[in-house]
Amino acid sequence: MEFIQSILANELIVAIILSLLPLFFIIIYALIVLYTEMKVAAHIQDRVAYMRTGWHGVLQPIADMVKLLQKEDIIPAHADKLLFRMAPFIAFIGTYAAYAVLPFSSIYIGSNINVGVFFLVAMGSLVVIGILMAGWASNNKWSLFGGVRSAAQMVSYEIPTALAIIIVVMITGSLNLQEITKFQEGGIGHWIVFGGPLPWNQKLILMPFTFITFLIVFVASIAEVNRTPFDLPEAESELVQGFNTEYSGMRFAMFYLSEYANLFTVSAVVVALFLGGWSSPFGTLMSGPVWGIFWFVLKAYLFVFIQIWIRWTLPRLRVDQLMYVSWKVLTPWLFVCLLAVGFILVN
Amino acid sequence: MQDTSMLQPPTLPTNYTVKHGHIRTSTGKTVRTEEMIINMGPQHPSTHGVLRLEIVVDGEIIVECIPHIGYLHRCFEKHCEHMTNYQQVIPYVDRMDYCSAMTNEWAFALAVERLLKIEVPERVEYIRVIMAELQRIASHLIAVGTYGIDSGAFTPFLYTFIDREKILDLFEMTCGARLLYNYIWIGGLSHDLPPKFIEQAKDFISYFRPRIKMLNDLLSYNEIFVKRTANVGVLPKDVAINYAVSGPQLRGSGVNWDLRRDDPYSVYHKLNWEPQIGKGEMGTVGDCWDRHIVRMREMEQSLNLVEQALSTLPEGNIQAAIPKRIRPEKDAEIYVRSESSRGELGFYIISDGTASPYRVKARGPAFVNLSVLPEIAKGAMIADLVLIAGSIDIVLGEVDR
Repeated sequence: MEFIQSILANELIVAIILSLLPLFFIIIYALIVLYTEMKVAAHIQDRVAYMRTGWHGVLQPIADMVKLLQKEDIIPAHADKLLFRMAPFIAFIGTYAAYAVLPFSSIYIGSNINVGVFFLVAMGSLVVIGILMAGWASNNKWSLFGGVRSAAQMVSYEIPTALAIIIVVMITGSLNLQEITKFQEGGIGHWIVFGGPLPWNQKLILMPFTFITFLIVFVASIAEVNRTPFDLPEAESELVQGFNTEYSGMRFAMFYLSEYANLFTVSAVVVALFLGGWSSPFGTLMSGPVWGIFWFVLKAYLFVFIQIWIRWTLPRLRVDQLMYVSWKVLTPWLFVCLLAVGFILVN
Repeated sequence: MQDTSMLQPPTLPTNYTVKHGHIRTSTGKTVRTEEMIINMGPQHPSTHGVLRLEIVVDGEIIVECIPHIGYLHRCFEKHCEHMTNYQQVIPYVDRMDYCSAMTNEWAFALAVERLLKIEVPERVEYIRVIMAELQRIASHLIAVGTYGIDSGAFTPFLYTFIDREKILDLFEMTCGARLLYNYIWIGGLSHDLPPKFIEQAKDFISYFRPRIKMLNDLLSYNEIFVKRTANVGVLPKDVAINYAVSGPQLRGSGVNWDLRRDDPYSVYHKLNWEPQIGKGEMGTVGDCWDRHIVRMREMEQSLNLVEQALSTLPEGNIQAAIPKRIRPEKDAEIYVRSESSRGELGFYIISDGTASPYRVKARGPAFVNLSVLPEIAKGAMIADLVLIAGSIDIVLGEVDR
């Protein structure tokens, strides 16, 4: 950060460059994860996926993207044109803004603000508005169902996520993601999922609760990005394609991009909160700013992989069961964890 | 005057008025609510073809569900009357229930054979049992696989298609066709079994047994899948009987009725097997899970049947002595039913003494089974409707004919 600032003395240019970096990251990452998803899905299903475009089809995501760019941008008759056009971008803005506070490395974070975690939760809600808008503006009853389901689902699952974040904040004493990560530096044993860098006696009692919190926040994060088994907003066998049924071409691609970018965001949040973010699992070994990016992306990518794995294995829940899981299972358990962690920390 | 009401296209539910309601929000405002009419299909991923469901929903809950059919109507029965002989009907029968063509052929051949009082050689009977049971497995594999998609799990579908592919390979080596076989002919078969068939069929049996267990682990006993299907779309015994439901759907409701045993034809009575019925293990008897598991268990029974038939396959001719031109007596008529993969498939044939049938009426199981959908879909959610329709296992080729 300081390095770029030293070459280009203009603050505005630096700000623009810094804000464009995540965009490049998202696009490259989206291509990679698209490829990964197709290949992982294919191998889970005993097939090989695309093999023709390039070596083992590595160029296929690019071909897909070019194809989507060429497609006609269809707006259905009687659709609310303004909202319809805006929706994909609002969804993407929400996703993209979240990247501002992701601590990629000890020296690189888009914006090192004090309320980073809070900002993340807030930006996550913006995606809902985009999806709801898309569902409403499409003038399609199936899309409307998708949009409404999505709103209900994301609102419900933000509560477990927020509660889990409160637990982490209680342990670390900071809302700043960089601080939270620094708190966990020093090897795998210092990660919050294993109780954090606390004295052994405290840590051992804390560990089960933080571990449960970690599992719950992971489940909730899958629900927040609308993926199987919580992919009700775009349940293709029920709602055709849900909120993005009527979208085509680049606007559809924006939703796609936003979904994949979101996938990384929620994984990154889980990693930053519970698995030490950019800190190396081996303490000082292989640590440093560059290794930091490596560890952060690797850990987040592992969770992306697990989400893909789950997606291609499990069936889907029903709307009422989805709500049941959030309100009657995850939230009460988190309250238990919250009380327990508070009690342990005070004593 | 001609009654034209039959010619009208399907319309909205007769005199259905959308119900209104009012709810009070937390801010004290009164908001008007309204039921919504949604069109599901004919282009919808989970209506299994071109079924169109007109549903009235209150939020996500279904108030009314009206199936509209006929998008795949190909005048099967009329075509039959214009064939120059009975044999020519068989390729058309294939195209009724295209997922289970062998059992259709057999049902029609059986009807004509009974009409002409033809005795079929025993080898033919055994080969027919082998083919029909393999076809039943293939058909149930589609049912189970697409049911996985309906519930949101995509992977089981591809697994079932790998297995189905192996059955189709067996069919292909026997008669050259993979979907519409024209294999079972009146009084016999089009080809004898090829030399390597028995060996490969036995390989398939030993390969497929563990796969059933794997499919059960992956899908049937999956916690989410059980939660989704148990106690959903319950079809009680009496309703099932009143609607003349048959096949796995009837057995799923706990009625022990299988035409292979209760109206015996061919050599089924010589083989050792057991019809499977739903017991309500995960919820109520007759729920979607029961119908699903009945299909899974029937596949095992079919494997047993194929295994026994393969080991006792007698030598002999593959064609009974039948007249070159089949002309049943004038005014002869017959209704013969058999157990297809979906239930009771019956053919009612009237002859006018010529070489082509005067009238052929098919009693399709999928058509009759579908009629129960509006009854059991009421009060379910949209996601459940997809699962209920999937558990009925309709093939629109047969519903519309």
